[in-house]
Amino acid sequence: MSVANLPTPKRKKLPLTQGQLALPLAAFLTLFYVIPMVVLLAASFQPARGGGFTLAQYAEFFTDSANIRVLTLTFWLGLQVTIACLIFGYPVAYFYHQATARWKTILTFLILLPLLTSAVVRTFGWVVILGRQGLINSLLVGLGMIDEPIKLLFTHLGVAMAMTQIWLPLMVLSIIASLSQIDPRLAAASESLGGGKWRTFWQITLPLSLPGIISGCLLVFALTVSSFVTPSIIGGGQLMYMPTLIYQQGVVLLNKPFAAAVSAVLLIMVLIVVFLLSTLGQRTRKYVQ
Amino acid sequence: MTVDSPRAAHASTGDLTQLDRISFSWVITSIALFSLFVLTLPTLIVLIASLSSAQTLQFPPPGFSFQWYISLFNYPELWSAAVTSLQAAVGTTVICVVLGVCACLAMAGSRANWVSAMDALVMSPLALPGVAVGLGILTYLSLMGVRLSIWTLMIGHVVICIPYVVRTTLASLSQLGSAMNEASTVLGASPQYTFFHVTLPLIQQGVIIGAFMTFLTSFDNITVSLFLSDARTEVLPIRMWSMIENDLDVRAAAISGILIVITAIFMIVMERASGLSKSLMSDRA
Repeated sequence: MSVANLPTPKRKKLPLTQGQLALPLAAFLTLFYVIPMVVLLAASFQPARGGGFTLAQYAEFFTDSANIRVLTLTFWLGLQVTIACLIFGYPVAYFYHQATARWKTILTFLILLPLLTSAVVRTFGWVVILGRQGLINSLLVGLGMIDEPIKLLFTHLGVAMAMTQIWLPLMVLSIIASLSQIDPRLAAASESLGGGKWRTFWQITLPLSLPGIISGCLLVFALTVSSFVTPSIIGGGQLMYMPTLIYQQGVVLLNKPFAAAVSAVLLIMVLIVVFLLSTLGQRTRKYVQ
Repeated sequence: MTVDSPRAAHASTGDLTQLDRISFSWVITSIALFSLFVLTLPTLIVLIASLSSAQTLQFPPPGFSFQWYISLFNYPELWSAAVTSLQAAVGTTVICVVLGVCACLAMAGSRANWVSAMDALVMSPLALPGVAVGLGILTYLSLMGVRLSIWTLMIGHVVICIPYVVRTTLASLSQLGSAMNEASTVLGASPQYTFFHVTLPLIQQGVIIGAFMTFLTSFDNITVSLFLSDARTEVLPIRMWSMIENDLDVRAAAISGILIVITAIFMIVMERASGLSKSLMSDRA
């Protein structure tokens, strides 16, 4: 039958043409992403002047205590912001999960608008909140709790506060996705068996939402240690973090090999944390299933 | 709105259970409300500050006026930066959608080894520091003797934005399955016809949301733009960054106000049209 014969050749052809459709993107990424990253790594092994292979840039980075401080401060910031996002984000996700449909619409708007608003705009908001004549100082002076404005802008605490607000929506979204996967009968069963709210939360809901928590933490950590605008505006000139150091060395001081080495160190730090968390994530995913 | 589930009412009674329930819902609700308040605060503050009648940035403002918004009309550098940003964002979105959707068609439903490698490659810019990506591309381009232009800017933006399009499009395609595609092929439609008349209409929501996220990410990006744009191609976020960092220019509040309003409108339109929140809250997001 001619009809029966028709689909066969086409189906055989299909995988071939379909596979080729990925080629343009693969070529683009190889040319403008993979090769540049290799070039960057290669540049980090170059001396400041001339060619050759040297570990001098890395030696320079790790022997200067100022650079080590930048590295530990960046890691510390990533850790603090991740934990703060988790503590403040989990209740928001839980609250959203339990809310009625109408409230969900409002909550969605409140969670997504900050996420979609430009990071520069939000950072600017934090400048107004933290500044000498800003919201917190006006409030505290007005209430008579302090006589002199306290310094919040250009402090590590200020940077951590602003970054927590900026990346909080991502943690919330990630946990909401995980909470919606949990069978609601589990929590109900636990409670009807006398498990209590707190016990049900700690022993059922929280462990089952671990995949979402881990992917949220992974995102927040990676984005925090890579952030440039917020630390540079809120932190000011005195507080230096890895991305600011890379920018300063690479663009302002035009010391590209050193900037490349700092980038490589930051990259390795992110990759280690991402690797650890995603291994943990896979384990919990198995456990959940 | 309570966090208690109605079924909990059937749980055993007694003061301790009562205390347990009340304390739990109180703790969760109060932290959640506090977080939501802090989450919204900066945006609100910027909107209020942008309407200030004062000459310097202070909060709360002594009075209200539209002076800062009016002053924006007399700021040509800002407008040229906004136009550059818009061009870069539109170009980036178009390139990302074309490259991304094509690649997704190849990747969806295939279990070949290269697919997981490709997936990891495409998604990796999400986790890598933008400054490193920007510096890498800059080093490479200057090695090749390429001068900075709006095109170099777009190249950098495509690399960091491509995950958004691929993620949402792949999610739509995996929901679709291959049955529709096969039916269309069996009935004698050409692959092109099948794509434009069957597949694309069915995955358009995912594509639109990916395009929307790409546009916003490109428009807002600083880390990559810092390395790949020069004085002629200065983008809006970089202009705003220098305005805020150097002298706390109140005009930055007015631009921010405009951006917040535009983002909010866009978001509501996207939510109505394509279910933005559902896509962002799904497991793959």
